[in-house]
Parts: sequence; C-alpha cells; structure tokens
Amino acid sequence: MEFLGIEIPLYSWSTVIGSAISGVFLGAIYALVALGLTLIYGVLHIINFAHGSLLMLAMYAVFFLWHLFGIDPYLAMLIVVPGGFLFGYGLQRSVIGKASHGRDEIVLLVTLGVAIVIENAALFLFTANERSVQVPYDLDGIDLGVTFVVWPEIAALAGSLLITLALWSFMTRTDTGKAIRAVAKERQGARLVGINVEHIFAVSFGIGTACVAAAASLLAPTYAVNPQFGYLFVLIAFTIVVLGGMGSFVGALVGGFIIGITEQLGRLFLGESLGLITISVIFILILLFRPTGLFGQKV
Amino acid sequence: MTKKIQKLSRRQFVAAAAAGTAMASGALGFPSITRAASTVKLGVVHPVTGFLQFSGTQCRFGALMAIEEINAAGGIESLGGAKLEVVLGDAQSKAEVGAAEVEKFNEAGVSAIVGAYASGICLATTQAAAKYGIPHVVDVGVNDKIVGRGLENTFRFGPGFGNITKAGTDGLIAINNAAGNPTKTVVIVHENTTPFGSYMAGLMKKGLEPAGFEVMDVLPHPTPNKDFRNIALKIKELNPDLVIPSHYYNEGVLFLRTLQRQRVVPKAIYSVLGGASSQYRFLTEFPDAAQYVLDCNHWFDPRNQKAQALRQKTEAAGKSFSYEVFLAYTAVRFAADAMERAGSADRGKIIEAMAASTWSDHFMPYGETRMVNGQNQGALPMVLQVQGKEIEVVHPPRFKTSSAVFPRPA
Repeated sequence: MEFLGIEIPLYSWSTVIGSAISGVFLGAIYALVALGLTLIYGVLHIINFAHGSLLMLAMYAVFFLWHLFGIDPYLAMLIVVPGGFLFGYGLQRSVIGKASHGRDEIVLLVTLGVAIVIENAALFLFTANERSVQVPYDLDGIDLGVTFVVWPEIAALAGSLLITLALWSFMTRTDTGKAIRAVAKERQGARLVGINVEHIFAVSFGIGTACVAAAASLLAPTYAVNPQFGYLFVLIAFTIVVLGGMGSFVGALVGGFIIGITEQLGRLFLGESLGLITISVIFILILLFRPTGLFGQKV
Repeated sequence: MTKKIQKLSRRQFVAAAAAGTAMASGALGFPSITRAASTVKLGVVHPVTGFLQFSGTQCRFGALMAIEEINAAGGIESLGGAKLEVVLGDAQSKAEVGAAEVEKFNEAGVSAIVGAYASGICLATTQAAAKYGIPHVVDVGVNDKIVGRGLENTFRFGPGFGNITKAGTDGLIAINNAAGNPTKTVVIVHENTTPFGSYMAGLMKKGLEPAGFEVMDVLPHPTPNKDFRNIALKIKELNPDLVIPSHYYNEGVLFLRTLQRQRVVPKAIYSVLGGASSQYRFLTEFPDAAQYVLDCNHWFDPRNQKAQALRQKTEAAGKSFSYEVFLAYTAVRFAADAMERAGSADRGKIIEAMAASTWSDHFMPYGETRMVNGQNQGALPMVLQVQGKEIEVVHPPRFKTSSAVFPRPA
C-alpha cells in the first residue's frame, strides 16, 4: 500500500495489536521518566537538563547494588529512592539554587552544566562499558498470544501507575503536597504565608529525582546502562511533559502511553527510523487543539 | 644619503650560519640528521565517547597494549630503540571530530595513525591524514570505500565488506549444505545509521539470492536503538528459517535478548559482523541468548599461542577479549613493523614500507601480508558459533575448532 509516495507494508492484526501492546509498555517507561520531570517543571518552572544524567546515575546505583551486594533491582528501590531524594534535595539546595541566583535563564544553564559534569564523571569512574543487570526472571512472563510480556515489563507498567497514584495522593492529601502546589501556583504568596519556598523547591527537586530513581530500578532488568544512557529517554520525556500538560502527573502518564503507542505503530508501518516522525506529528496535532497540553491548566 | 654597510663580526657570522642550517634542515625535513630520535609519535584515534564508546575503548585498550609491549621489548630497533609515543584522540563517535583529531595529530608531528574503528569515522580520518601524507592504518572499519579511493596513505590490515560478505555467504552455504539444506528463507536485520549496516545488508542479499536463499524482508533500524519489539514481531509473522543480523554491540545484545523474550526461535541466527554474537562478554552475561548463534566476524587464529596469551592478558586486566582489542593490537604491530622496515620516522618512507610489507609475525589467520591498493589481500573473517561456554570456529575448515550445530536444537 502506498501513501504520499511512501510504501506502507501490511501486517496481520496480531502483529499490529502486538505492536500496540508493546507501545503501552514502552509508554509506561516514558511516563516513569517524565513524571519526575513534570513535577520539577510544574513547581520550579525550570526545564531540568540534568534529568537524563540523574536517571543514568540512578541506573548505575542500581547496577552496583546488584553487582556488589547481590540486591535485586526491585528491592534496590528501597535504597535508591530515598537516596535519590536526598541527592536531588542537596543538588537543588547547594548547587542549582545557589548558582542560579533565582534567575530562570541561569537555571537552564546550571542544569546543563550539572548534566555535563555528571556524565563525564560517570565516564571517568565507570568507563564507557555497558553494565547489565541479570535477573533470573528475565524471560518469565505472560503470553498474550499476540506478544509475550515479561515480568520486568509488567513491573514497569505497574510501577508507573502506582507512582502516578502515589504522587497524586501526596500532592492532594499531605501538607507538604499542598505547600508544593501553593508554591507552584503563586510563589510570592506562598512565601508571604510562611512557606519556606527554597525548602519546597528542594523537596520538589528531591521528589523528581526520587521518581527517576524508581524508574531506574524498573528499567534496570531490561536496559544496560552507560554514561550516555539518559539521552535514550529524556528527549522524549520532555515531549511527553509538554504533551501531557506541564506539571500534570496524569498528563505525563497518559502522554507517555500516547507517545509509546504512536511510536511503536509508526515504527511498525513507516520503519524504525522514519516511524519516529509520528511522535512529532501527534505532538503538533494535540497542541493545535489543546495548546496547554492534554491536562494542562488553561491560561 | 650614505649607505651604511654593517660588517658582520666572525661571531655573528657563525651564529647566523648555524641558525640558517637548522632552518634549512627543518624545511628539508631531515630530523633524523639533526637530532637522535628517542621517540616516534603514533596517533591513536577511536570513538571513546558517544554511542560507539564501548567498541572505541576496547580498540584503544588493544592499541595501548601493543604499544606497551613494543616499548618493553626495546622499541623500534632500526631507529636506535626509539620508543613509540602515543598521541591519543577521541572521535566522539563523530566523523568530523575524528578528522579534527587528525589535524591535532599532524600538529603534534605523528609519524603514523592507527584507528578509528567505525567505517564512517575511518573515511574521514584517512582523508584528513592524506592531506599531510600521514600513513593511516585502519584497524576495523570495513567499508570498502576506505581503501578503494586511491589514497596512498591508507592501509587496512583486516578484511573489508566485500571479503566479509563473500566469506559469510560462502560459509552459510557450506554449513547449510553440510546439514542437508534445512534453511532457505531469510530475514536480514541491520543498522542503517552509519555506512556499515546498509551496505552490508545489500551485499548479503546480492550474495544469498543467487545461492538459492529467499530473502523475505530486510529490516533496518537506527543506531542507537532502544526497542526491537516491532522487529521481533515482524520476524515472528514472517517466520523465516534464518535471521541474519548486522549491527553494533549494544543493539546486538538488545536484539538477541528481545528475540529470546518474544519466543522468536528461527532455525538459526547467522549474523555477519553481528556486534554481540561473538563477544565473550555477551556469552558470559547472557549465555542462553547467545547459544548456537553463528557469526561471520573478525577472529584470531585459534591455533596460535600468542593469541591465547593475549586473551589471558586482556581478561586478567578485566577486559573482554573482543575483536576490537585484537584488531587494534595487530594494526599497531603492523605499523611498528613498517617503521622497523623503513628505518625511519619519515611519513613517506613508512607509507612505502607499509605498501611493500610482508609481515607475517602475527596471530591473525591472514598469512603473509600483501597490500594491494591499501588492502591486505590475505585478510579474511571466520565463521564462529557459541557452543556452551566457548566461541568455536566452525568455518573455514582449516581453522575449525568444532563442527557447526546447524540448525540449532529445538
């Protein structure tokens, strides 16, 4: 079949459905990476260029916990998530916040600088070799007929749903969550009612980093890590944050699934390289009709 | 107006003459006359950062091991024991950066260059080196255009595309025939971001179809690639007897693992420059995914004790003994041998020595070196198969360490 001069191959329904299902699981992974990013943007109003590097660092942490101590990647979440929070809190409080002097344009450059430092430090310390975690349940899973889904992929999907629910509950039902929403909405007003804005910024950055650390635990059984690992996902995560609505967790989740399914079906019919164009097409189409994103607040 | 004629004192005359001689010697390029060479500079460029960083660092490790051994054995004897002084370059997995590193090598005064792993980068670095007449030994880069452009400075010790795909096709036909022709239908999977995968796939298709194989589809993918599920689904639908992948290490690992996860089990996987298929590291980390995978790739002569010794030394250093290591190692050895034969650090003389080289003191299955238009005529790949915990040579027969398991057990 030909469309606009491009030869479109025809596949059986089982292959198409199998591709769509794989898109759901891929989308879950994208959502995991995008959740932390959308929180940081929603509160600090900064695009965190260090997000991919933080994901890479967390993946290395999961790898070394497995390699040195034999800790399963999912159990490692109990260590890397609080560790990620503390690291992100410290990074915002001691480095990004101080270096930026409160100016958004400087924050962008600072996060870019942090990304470069982290990547090169990883290259120096861990070398360029890919590191893979091997788990005994890597090949076990559920046969859906049209495709086989392994437990690590199911765990990533469940993880993305649970983390979204946890973040939403935290933001709506806890005092800290309310403080974060207040700062995101009106920074000066929050300061005037006694909220420590710098502390809230750091908490938000910490939670964003903790989300990325959780994502790392869920990704480790499937993907090998190297110092460039962050680039594989973070560029699409930025797209999902905008698509879903900046600051919206549900938007990041739904956006992740939309992009994942679109990407997989696009790559199925248009080829693995050209198919990526469908991400841009769906992104533009959605923003045409919803400029603030799917779940973004109207201006 | 009167002209003042300054008379030169004898002291001034001698000083001026000495300065003039030094300048003239430099301009005429006779450094070996005016100074004793204690080192000879060798440029070593690889993609040690970027998406090819694993292979690049493996190459650099192999090259540095060779340099260390040469220096420990006394350096270049014909140059009074001059040691090899390495000038390192990082191509950052980009052709233009590789070319920029060659500019730095020229500034540094290197006598030769070894590098740069990937075909795309090698095309650029050899071209840049040709501007300055710097001899360039290509360690891995398999694209035939690297040595087919008439650049007199460029030499490749290992085999190129044409040779590898012919050997790959011949090996597959021989193995298939020996097993009673159990395979006929083929799907080729290849990377299409660098000048390696697409060209390889084209050559394989041209070689297989006349031999009676039916190429059902050719499935390209980018490098890097984070997901192979669509490709696995397509292969599942087509249900070919044989899958022929061709890509770099990271993608090779993910592809084979994805096939395993998706329960896609063709009768055989026969890769050509498969990236992961004949890597000890992959075999150690994912032994089930690696079992019975065949790969037509660069390999050492398994009967040669020097190769085994180098393997032990590499593994003792915590590195995987991959093709990148031993190809870069032998490329440096080839360059050093040419310097030895030339008896000079002069670039032109080294090029002449490389072109006329008959070097045979190596552990590759190439025999005596014979360069024609920069390509070593004896260079050839081997067909390997993972069997148990080892990588066995299954073809050609004169180097065989085991018979091929083909098709693989159900």
